[in-house]
Amino acid sequence: MLQIILIMAAGIAAGWLLRRRTFKWLDTLLIVLVWALLFFLGVEAGENPAVIEGLKDLGLEALLLSIAGTAGSIAAAWALWRYINHRKGGKQ
Amino acid sequence: MKGSLIIVGFFIAGIVVGVLHLLPSIESLGNVSYITLCALIFLVGFMIGNDDEIFKKFKRLNRLYMLLPLMTIVGTLAGCAITTLLLPHRSLSECLAVGSGMGYYSLSSVLITQYKGAALGTVALLANIVREVITLLGAPLMVRWFGPLAPISVGGATTMDTTLPILTSACGKDFVIVSIFHGFIVDFSVPLLVTFFCEL
Repeated sequence: MLQIILIMAAGIAAGWLLRRRTFKWLDTLLIVLVWALLFFLGVEAGENPAVIEGLKDLGLEALLLSIAGTAGSIAAAWALWRYINHRKGGKQ
Repeated sequence: MKGSLIIVGFFIAGIVVGVLHLLPSIESLGNVSYITLCALIFLVGFMIGNDDEIFKKFKRLNRLYMLLPLMTIVGTLAGCAITTLLLPHRSLSECLAVGSGMGYYSLSSVLITQYKGAALGTVALLANIVREVITLLGAPLMVRWFGPLAPISVGGATTMDTTLPILTSACGKDFVIVSIFHGFIVDFSVPLLVTFFCEL
């Protein structure tokens, strides 16, 4: 985690030093790198025997728990989002 | 919608390549994905530093967003508690321990394997990988249906690293700081909550 924080700090510093210039292609680069990351994460999951073997017996149970956790956190986050916007009286 | 579909496409292509072992070795690949992640984190940092307005936006940020980590933990545990009814062979504390991983699959699966054995550890591994994947693949849709806080909450402990880039792209730069703060707090809560529910 320390490494991640340092890399981000380096990025912020670099961006700040070059703040007089605008980089319009950064959003495009971001999404392309996200695609690359997803591809490699997919390869890792596919190559991991614990993941592929476990899917057969424990997959359904795991899926159920992850969907329940996801649904619960969406509901809680949505409630907070609506509360914040309601208090402000309008959208955003 | 199109954004999510392309992301799903890349992920599935990756799984197929992985299952069929079309790429050389797993170790060199672990590095590739980590390097890609580091490049992304640098890029997100660069975008923050490069944006003059963003520091002002941080100051104007609603203090209530700081409640999001708490919402994530409460929502996740409530959802997993309900699941106990559908899984009669699992106790409430086991379901909550798996849920407490909040996407941090490496740590939670190792801890749960130590306390509760390999089977539940594998469930934790899979459940938390799936949660991270849901965040990565569904973030654009969740923003549209439930607002920008939803995918950050679903991202759990991963929102300051693995899922930060996609969240930046889906929720907008204004929510980068919410995402980092959220990931930081939830990250620390994972080992505490997982061991707490395992010992219960």
